[in-house]
Amino acid sequence: MWQKVYTWLDERLGLGDMYTALLDRPEPRGNWWNTLGSASLFLFLLQTATGIFLTVYYTPSPDHAYDSIQYIMTGVAFGWLIRGIHHWGASLMIIVVFIHMLRVFFTASYKYPRELTWLVGIGLLLMTIGMGFTGYLLPWHQMAFWATTVGTQIAGSVPFIGDFILKALRGGPDLSALTLQRFFAAHIWMLPAVLLALIGAHLYLIIKHGESHFPGKDD
Amino acid sequence: MSGSNHLSRRDFIKFTTGAVGGIITVGIGLPAVGFLVDPALKESKAGKPIAIGKLEEIPVGKPYPFSFTITRVNGWERTAANYGGFVLRKSADPKDILILSSRCTHLGCTVNWNESANAYLCPCHDAKFSVQGEVLDGPPPIPLRHFNFTIEDGVVVIVPVEIGQEG
Ligand code: HEM
Ligand code: FES
Repeated sequence: MWQKVYTWLDERLGLGDMYTALLDRPEPRGNWWNTLGSASLFLFLLQTATGIFLTVYYTPSPDHAYDSIQYIMTGVAFGWLIRGIHHWGASLMIIVVFIHMLRVFFTASYKYPRELTWLVGIGLLLMTIGMGFTGYLLPWHQMAFWATTVGTQIAGSVPFIGDFILKALRGGPDLSALTLQRFFAAHIWMLPAVLLALIGAHLYLIIKHGESHFPGKDD
Repeated sequence: MSGSNHLSRRDFIKFTTGAVGGIITVGIGLPAVGFLVDPALKESKAGKPIAIGKLEEIPVGKPYPFSFTITRVNGWERTAANYGGFVLRKSADPKDILILSSRCTHLGCTVNWNESANAYLCPCHDAKFSVQGEVLDGPPPIPLRHFNFTIEDGVVVIVPVEIGQEG
């Protein structure tokens, strides 16, 4: 019975081919450093899931942001767990993505034909850092407020267009409700959308080219 | 490896990946459901008794409207919700009082006393209730609910919990 259902679906969807291409592709001899890309992907999914749940209570307004997070931590069942995972997962993701990049660098995997995988990867690193930067403001406590004051000030030190960048990031000359709202929009809609698209491109290229071999003594 | 107890490396990896994935999904999924439905599992406390007016100022035989607010803590905020009703003194006897809630028993709009219709009318789906709260017309399944009360030093004090059939 299930065999029949599976065959019916497989003929139309090509499930078997998909499985072979995605999960049963040939790999060079395993190496733990090669798992960091998948670890990054897992952390991205974990951050997405916990982040979606956090938006159920979190309120991006100067009047409510801090209190809503306080409520998540003390008033909601498992709030400490969901926020804890998102909070620590954010730092972990940046570390893991960064070490993944170092591994690709040291194994020289960025060379032909994987240059584009590397370029897309740079986009992924930048977007991941952007997620960290925008997420950091959301609790709207002193640390968040001043970290963002400093961060946007640094972006504002760019010659000529610095002032424009600073105002565009803050939504005005000062940190305000507009800053919190646009950081929130970036954090939950814009950056994740870009991140998702880049991950898709990254994974496509990885499947297309296969993993590079770990360099041996002769390389 | 059919026919042997040997577990291939491949099957072992498949099994462990599935098991670890399953544990993580359940370990986060179940708390996440609790996190989502948490507000539905919290008990709301009954409000304190509320004074709604002096007995001597309430006419006999005619519905006397009153309103009150109940402030509840919802999440990290206090929410003030408005409630109201009508005091009906059926006779001069200070005990002979019916205090109706103005919350329509159909879908919760607020009913108003209409002098010329001699009825409470609901603006939402044209319900009509008699002065005592019985359904005269429209979709409500049950009469208007009422409040328990006490008279303290000539002041009518209600317990802000609606009494009546389940809708
Ligand atoms: C959100 C962040 C990222 C995710 C989810 C991700 C995901 C992955 C995955 C699943 C793989 C295959 C397994 C592996 O080699 O570890 C991979 C490989 C690769 N990644 Fe990333 N990655 C990310 C960031 C980056 C960054 C920042 C760079 C470099 C700038 C980069 C460059 C590459 C390259 C060149 C490969 C191919 C390696 C090879 O074929 O040996 N990735 N990535
Ligand atoms: S809510 Fe009153 S008639 Fe529907």
